[in-house]
Amino acid sequence: MTPRLSRRAVLAGAALLAAPSAVRAQSQARLLVIGGGFGGASAAGFARRRFPWLDVTLVEPKARFVTCPYGNLVIGGTKTLDAITHGYDGLRARGVRVVHDWAAGIDAAARRVRLQGGETLGYDRLILSPGIALRWGALEGYDEAAAEVMPHAWVPGDGAQTLLLRRQLEAMPDGGVVGMAIPANPFRCPPGPYERISMIAGYLKRHKPRSKILAFDAKDAFSKQGLFQDGWNALYPGLIEWVPANRDGRITRVDARDRVLESEFGEKHRVAVANVIPPQSAARIAIDAGLADASGWVPVNPVTFESRAAPGIHVVGDANIPGPMPKSGYIANSTAKQAVASAAASLRGEAPPSALYYNTCYSHVGDDYGISIVGIFRPNAEGTAIVEVPGSGGVSPRGNLPEQRRLEATYADAWYDSITRDMFG
Amino acid sequence: MTSPLATPRIRIPRQVRAGETFEVRTLIEHPMETGLRQDGPRPIPRDLLNRLTVRVNGDIALQAELRNGTSANPFHTFFLRLDRTSDITFTWTDERGRTAQATSRVQVG
Repeated sequence: MTPRLSRRAVLAGAALLAAPSAVRAQSQARLLVIGGGFGGASAAGFARRRFPWLDVTLVEPKARFVTCPYGNLVIGGTKTLDAITHGYDGLRARGVRVVHDWAAGIDAAARRVRLQGGETLGYDRLILSPGIALRWGALEGYDEAAAEVMPHAWVPGDGAQTLLLRRQLEAMPDGGVVGMAIPANPFRCPPGPYERISMIAGYLKRHKPRSKILAFDAKDAFSKQGLFQDGWNALYPGLIEWVPANRDGRITRVDARDRVLESEFGEKHRVAVANVIPPQSAARIAIDAGLADASGWVPVNPVTFESRAAPGIHVVGDANIPGPMPKSGYIANSTAKQAVASAAASLRGEAPPSALYYNTCYSHVGDDYGISIVGIFRPNAEGTAIVEVPGSGGVSPRGNLPEQRRLEATYADAWYDSITRDMFG
Repeated sequence: MTSPLATPRIRIPRQVRAGETFEVRTLIEHPMETGLRQDGPRPIPRDLLNRLTVRVNGDIALQAELRNGTSANPFHTFFLRLDRTSDITFTWTDERGRTAQATSRVQVG
């Protein structure tokens, strides 16, 4: 559809003719987005919708994107991989140039990105949403080869890891023990491991009722813990054993050959299926570009999401240090829009818009059984840190509330449909 | 009252070089009840470990006083340096005088 020019727009255009440099800057402003996930796809689509004068290029190696959200339902067998796989035609239709290549390096001073295929892309503003890297070897014995035996299924890629874990569960005899190793904070998707425990438990209850899950955690507490444990007690009594760090739950070594998870104090747990979620950092391109600090994650400006090390590069999604916000798809989407609006404002010589960030993380605990945590966040008055808006959020109420759980499961499905449509539609 | 203290867990190297600084970790499962919590109308009785003592060949190397601010399942990490092969003894004591003990030999060579 060709947009009709309103009288106001024509007048505004006429006014701009008096300032040719501004017109030139706007008409040619190049927004480059690296990474086509929850941060990057959201950024590219939003940029074209809200700032159609931006020339938007998205660099993403994969032709199809498998979401982390709902991956646990694929592992549990209640969703197909196809249902959580998305393409980029919708973004192309919005006018985004989509380049399927690997961004190999960033030259922040020259404002250029080198692609593995040989092309070099210049930009005026860069939105970097590269996601996470798994820190191979940070957990002794866990490298890429080990992940082929003990899948992480935490960075879905083309979905191979998700399906590998699914197949292993299907092949496991009834009575087998599923072991999980869960990392310390911070990591992608704080409630994710516990939703995964729930979905695997659902599968075992239906098909392998003599099996159980041994979940070893490097933490003593986790997101929505009370709600998850209420659900586990109600739906899967005796099926799940969660071992916190203060009961020797921290896994410090794994042996892929024998599928052994070894604890901090030397207990060796041999399991039939092992899902190892290893320690993580920002993706390599962010670290190679010198954007990450000693923590392995990228410090950012709480208003614009520009890197503290390289202004002009807005880092969104799980690679950054989000203050009190979780590393979630919703936060990636919400902050990507603020980053794009800030980039656009900067290109027009304007101040960044005031910021408000939204998060809801739904988790499925069983069939028709959903729970959630909500938070609203904003920069503090000084603009130096992100804080949660007091009284803004919370978690689902506890207690025997089947209708609430049923509704939240449907809200979760609706959330997934909405956000993936916002990203790819 | 009747249950014994849990078996402690110790992570300590079997062998070190003389003068090398090495890490020791200990964990003992214990509820560390303060006596201030309620289970419905009923107060949960106070039940606290009050001391961890670490001896190297019988000499006290570390003594920690544990109180009602210490979390359940107390976890301690500290560093030692030895100049000869030693027996390290870890002793937890509760307020009623019950103890749990573990000994590890560390070879220096």
